[in-house]
Amino acid sequence: MQVFIQDLIKNNGYQATDLLAVLRAVQAQYQHIPKAAIEQIAALLCISRTQVIGVIEFYSFFHLSPRGHYDLLISDSITDHLLGKHQITAYIEQALQVKLGEVRSDGLVSFDNTSCTGLCDQGPAALINGYALPHLTPAKIDQITGLINQQIPVSAWPADLFAVNDNVYQAGLLLSQTIQHGEALHAGLERGFKETLKELDISGLRGRGGAGFKTATKWQYCAEETADARIVVCNADEGEPGTFKDRVLLTTHAHQVFEGMTLCAAIIGAEQGFLYLRGEYLHLYAPLKAVLAERKQAGLLGNNIINAGFNFDIQICLGAGAYICGEESALIESLEGKMGIPRNRPPYPVTHGYLGKPTVVNNVETYMAAAKIALNGGEWFANVGTDKSKGTKILSICGDCAKPGIYEVDFGTSIQTILDDCGAKDVLGIQIGGPSGTFISNTEFARKIAFEDLATGGSFIIFNNSRNILDIVNNFTHFFAHESCGFCTPCRVGTSLLKNQLDKIVNGHGSAGDVVALEELCQLVKTQSHCGLGQTAANPILTTLERYPELYQAQLKKISYEPGFDLDAALETARQMANRNDAAAHLSQLED
Amino acid sequence: MTKTLTIDGVTIPFEDGQTIIQAATAAGIYIPHLCHNPEFTPHGSCKLCTVKVNGRNCSACTFPAMDGQEVINNAKDLNADRQKITQMLFVEGNHFCPSCEKTGNCQLQAVAYHLNMLDDHFPLFYPHRELDASHEEILIDHNRCIFCTLCVRASHEQDGKDVFAISGRGINKHLIVNSETGLLKDTDISASDKAAHICPTGAILIKHTAYQVPIGKRIYDHQQIDQVTLNSESEHDK
Ligand SMILES: Cc1cc2nc3c(=O)[nH]c(=O)nc-3n(C[C@H](O)[C@H](O)[C@H](O)COP(=O)(O)O)c2cc1C
Ligand code: SF4
Ligand code: SF4
Ligand code: FES
Ligand code: FES
Repeated sequence: MQVFIQDLIKNNGYQATDLLAVLRAVQAQYQHIPKAAIEQIAALLCISRTQVIGVIEFYSFFHLSPRGHYDLLISDSITDHLLGKHQITAYIEQALQVKLGEVRSDGLVSFDNTSCTGLCDQGPAALINGYALPHLTPAKIDQITGLINQQIPVSAWPADLFAVNDNVYQAGLLLSQTIQHGEALHAGLERGFKETLKELDISGLRGRGGAGFKTATKWQYCAEETADARIVVCNADEGEPGTFKDRVLLTTHAHQVFEGMTLCAAIIGAEQGFLYLRGEYLHLYAPLKAVLAERKQAGLLGNNIINAGFNFDIQICLGAGAYICGEESALIESLEGKMGIPRNRPPYPVTHGYLGKPTVVNNVETYMAAAKIALNGGEWFANVGTDKSKGTKILSICGDCAKPGIYEVDFGTSIQTILDDCGAKDVLGIQIGGPSGTFISNTEFARKIAFEDLATGGSFIIFNNSRNILDIVNNFTHFFAHESCGFCTPCRVGTSLLKNQLDKIVNGHGSAGDVVALEELCQLVKTQSHCGLGQTAANPILTTLERYPELYQAQLKKISYEPGFDLDAALETARQMANRNDAAAHLSQLED
Repeated sequence: MTKTLTIDGVTIPFEDGQTIIQAATAAGIYIPHLCHNPEFTPHGSCKLCTVKVNGRNCSACTFPAMDGQEVINNAKDLNADRQKITQMLFVEGNHFCPSCEKTGNCQLQAVAYHLNMLDDHFPLFYPHRELDASHEEILIDHNRCIFCTLCVRASHEQDGKDVFAISGRGINKHLIVNSETGLLKDTDISASDKAAHICPTGAILIKHTAYQVPIGKRIYDHQQIDQVTLNSESEHDK
């Protein structure tokens, strides 16, 4: 192991910023990060061992104790639940003889939940040693069980097990025709990069990652900072449950995304770029590296790009299972080899980003759009959409509909139109923008996709009338508690309190004042949290409580006091110790 | 011309580079806080110092003072939220004040008094947390840690060591120490380090000193935290 780590770190050039990459490799090789490895890594990277431990304990994909040689993680996203996650989990437990959350006693297999894997249109999905396994069926589980029992390495498994589909059903401005390699850069050069920034301004393009900040303004701010180096970052963390459009863009349109980043570099004067790719998209790592190599060959990256005298290079950094790393300043911390904790602002990334340098962070789709705007001009884009939301939005549609997949719609398109296009019937409601967004009911389908009405980073999850709203809300609320970085009190403690309080109500232990208490807590978490995660973590409860208050009330007991837990279940340990199970050793819950 | 801002309608001066809390302290205005200490880089995590700046919630300990800002600090809704945040810190750990060595000298307890906190409000978590009594002179009781990182910053910034760190994510956050065994006795901490004396709660204690000052004669037994803090922290800022 010592030699393995020594070589690894030598190849990485002893950079402390590469801590995540080093830990990923050690985890893959040894199924955990052994104690001795921590000491060695800390020494070689000249960082404290507490930083190494902190990072290991922060990211879901790193472990201090060994996982199985085959580590199977099943997506716990609501979208996978809709597609039969519970049934397939039970089947896996049987087939592989391992309980969810455990490592099999022979150490060969481990099995656990993971947050949304971005395969919501082809679930139930899982990761095996980090690689995506879409569309699990009992037959596939049998096949996988055979492969594992014969100890065939994952790299030698049949490719069709890993076949991830794009499922593009509707193409608009961006997807209908992608640009030729280098076309946008040449257009930018001919027009002049300053003029091209003006075109971007005219286009009205706003960030596609959720917050909707005007892209040209961000680039302008960054360009205006006095600095000797600037950084371009592409945010491909795509962790919002129900979102998978960036996966498709990076699978099929990676050239155009990289071209958008290169264009940004030319405009703001950056030489270094990063693609922060979520760990769940490990299967895209090798193909994306190949695209980068191809572009370098073609003179579209590296030195003296398109003979215009500017240099720029892109490095791909993989995440390790942490939704919070989609938040831009947490992402930058992660790029620096640290825990993904959102920074205090100001200063903002455009002035103090990666290693303190002015940094532009944009979503995958934003760069893709920017490249095409450089080619076709601002008006081309601004002619589509609404006053405040120009152009199109690429949606990831999943849940209860006939054709889940990718739909590019003009901003201003009504929800009803979208439902018709994807073949959704008997709809109860839709989660728009993922758990951090809004739940709308079936009386609101005249509303529109737009920053000024229903904003979304792409997530669009449809639920039909057979679904239970409280189950959905419960899944989302658990998600936030699991993903809170823990930096600030309102979010760290608040998301866990929300989870417990909601569990209490859903499980029928709520009493008269509990819904009021829940709503109060929601407001506190929303208004007092440090970053967007905490500020939106209560949205699933708040947006459904607003629309379906009776659903919550119906769960409550009529009495004014109800124990917040199951009295009888709490006595189980005592019964076991006393070796009793007679009627007198049981307690009934308080009567209504 | 000196630049000014207002806090609850009172105009106060500030210097460029000051945060809102620094300007307030210098002007004799107390903003409740726990993770802030003027001797160290601000952290912005406890969220007790949240004030409204031109209508928006901001952490006073990290947000820069700017000309013409209208800051609301001592308002009913803000104090109600602060009380709830303090209650969150109580239920998250195990704080049994009557049997705690730090009682009367504890800033968490004193802030709770100041905010008129009368109960826990939220259900208690009763987490299982350990003690580290391995060191000759210093004790860590993890039950009382509120993750303010003051010990982390004091060790790094003042003692020139890195004895403490916060590890883990979300509600599983915990304090760790920098030694191969994970025990305090194997770190390079010494009882004279700033980090050994900075903890606002009873999570890091100097052994053998517990009841030298009897209960009833301790700092917050006689004074409110706002006065104590303004006296000590405005002294530091000078
Ligand atoms: C908890 C959280 C998660 C986020 N996840 C993502 C993400 O996966 N992808 C993304 O582009 N933006 C994400 N964002 C928004 C980013 O912070 C940032 O606004 C965005 O990357 C800027 O790019 P844009 O202007 O092109 O949208 C997230 C924000 C928060 C608070
Ligand atoms: S540390 Fe403070 S709040 Fe916690 S138990 Fe001790 S006195 Fe009470
Ligand atoms: S031990 Fe004390 S000083 Fe250190 S983080 Fe915990 S509460 Fe803060
Ligand atoms: S501060 Fe950690 S989740 Fe917001
Ligand atoms: S004192 Fe400002 S956040 Fe803690």
